Amino acid sequence: MVGWKVGVVAESRSETPSGRSIILEVPGWGGNIAGQHLDARVTAPDGYQAVRAYSIATSGDGDRIQLGVDRVQGGEVSPYLVDDLQVGDALEVKGPLGGWFVWKPEHTQSVQLIGGGSGVVPLMAMIRSHRATQSAVPFRLLYSARSEEHTFFRDELAQSSPALDVTLLYTRQAPDGWPRAAGRVTKEDLVATTFPADISPSVFVCGPTPFVEAVASTLVELGHHPLMVKTERFGG
Amino acid sequence: MGIISRGFQGRSRETDSRLPPGQFLTQDFPVLSYGPTPRVSTDEWKFTIRTETGAVHSWDWEQMMALPTEDIDTDIHCVTRWSKYDTNWRGVSLDTLLEDVESTHEFVMAHSYGGYTTNLPLDDITDGKAWIAFQYDGEPLEPEHGGPARLLIPHLYFWKSAKWVRGLEMQADDEPGFWEQNGYHLYGDPWLEQRYW
Repeated sequence: MVGWKVGVVAESRSETPSGRSIILEVPGWGGNIAGQHLDARVTAPDGYQAVRAYSIATSGDGDRIQLGVDRVQGGEVSPYLVDDLQVGDALEVKGPLGGWFVWKPEHTQSVQLIGGGSGVVPLMAMIRSHRATQSAVPFRLLYSARSEEHTFFRDELAQSSPALDVTLLYTRQAPDGWPRAAGRVTKEDLVATTFPADISPSVFVCGPTPFVEAVASTLVELGHHPLMVKTERFGG
Repeated sequence: MGIISRGFQGRSRETDSRLPPGQFLTQDFPVLSYGPTPRVSTDEWKFTIRTETGAVHSWDWEQMMALPTEDIDTDIHCVTRWSKYDTNWRGVSLDTLLEDVESTHEFVMAHSYGGYTTNLPLDDITDGKAWIAFQYDGEPLEPEHGGPARLLIPHLYFWKSAKWVRGLEMQADDEPGFWEQNGYHLYGDPWLEQRYW
């Protein structure tokens, strides 16, 4: 494991009313696998430090990485990253971390991604890796967001991409004319929009704990082998 | 001291000797696991200790519940940086379970329902440092938190406190378990910040 590296904000973009994507230039980063995360450390003028883990939305070689951060109510670090951090500001990062919740282009199994809220961030890294390598592996994304404006990477996900199928579901408010009413992901949604268990897809589920618990349990009910369902949970 | 992040103030500066370095305090009880939560009924639950001679010591749920229990009030520390103070558990000490186990090996691999494993030195699970816990806050342990029973080894990062535990296997060397093969430290002392390789 390597030490802390300085990351300078190269770009910062509002993604949702509570979320932002931040592009960092990290000299010596050296690349990461799609799905990995990092530790971010911020330091106050008196030396006080706080560290939190964030998923990386990008992958591959290079020293430019993108994070997707959602503001946690009452949080210590995320409100700073979302509301205060500006282009040119610096923080420190350590990573890449994690060797389980990852997708590599040499994996040939069909891939089902299921994200809730900002849980789409590491899945986006996989989609981008899939696209960048012109992979023919069938990819599907089921993304559950509060509403259209709460959708991370909205424009990018709207672009068509070969071998990628995207389904958006809204929990609070669906756009006018949307084929499905707003609501949480159900068993019927999973049956209708995700790869079935009998083709043994590799499944990645990321989001808030209750979302991941519900989705992962339903997938097992639907016949997916538990070891084919990789999860990443966040929040209390 | 790292480079200063412009505009970051942070919260309280109170030093708290209970909080290991790099941790923050939470009132929640976050869930971490690598896959779906296994549902194990107490009817099928069994806990087994295997040694290098092939000897097998095992307890079903009823036998485990008949053993002397202890109440444990402890702080817990997760490698993902949250710590939680004063958690209340009830369980059986591993000293009780290891009492009649004879082995020359100094390490164990803990195995869980669902396939999870984690490695531990024997010294870290004896002398009142580790339990099979099956109650949290006076209630049966919920599946998300490792129920019906999990290891409780509060002096190490909490991934070592394997959820859905089903047994221990004595091992000659400190072979890495699941997270230890996927980037986490072999030992995991929160006070030394042994998070990653």
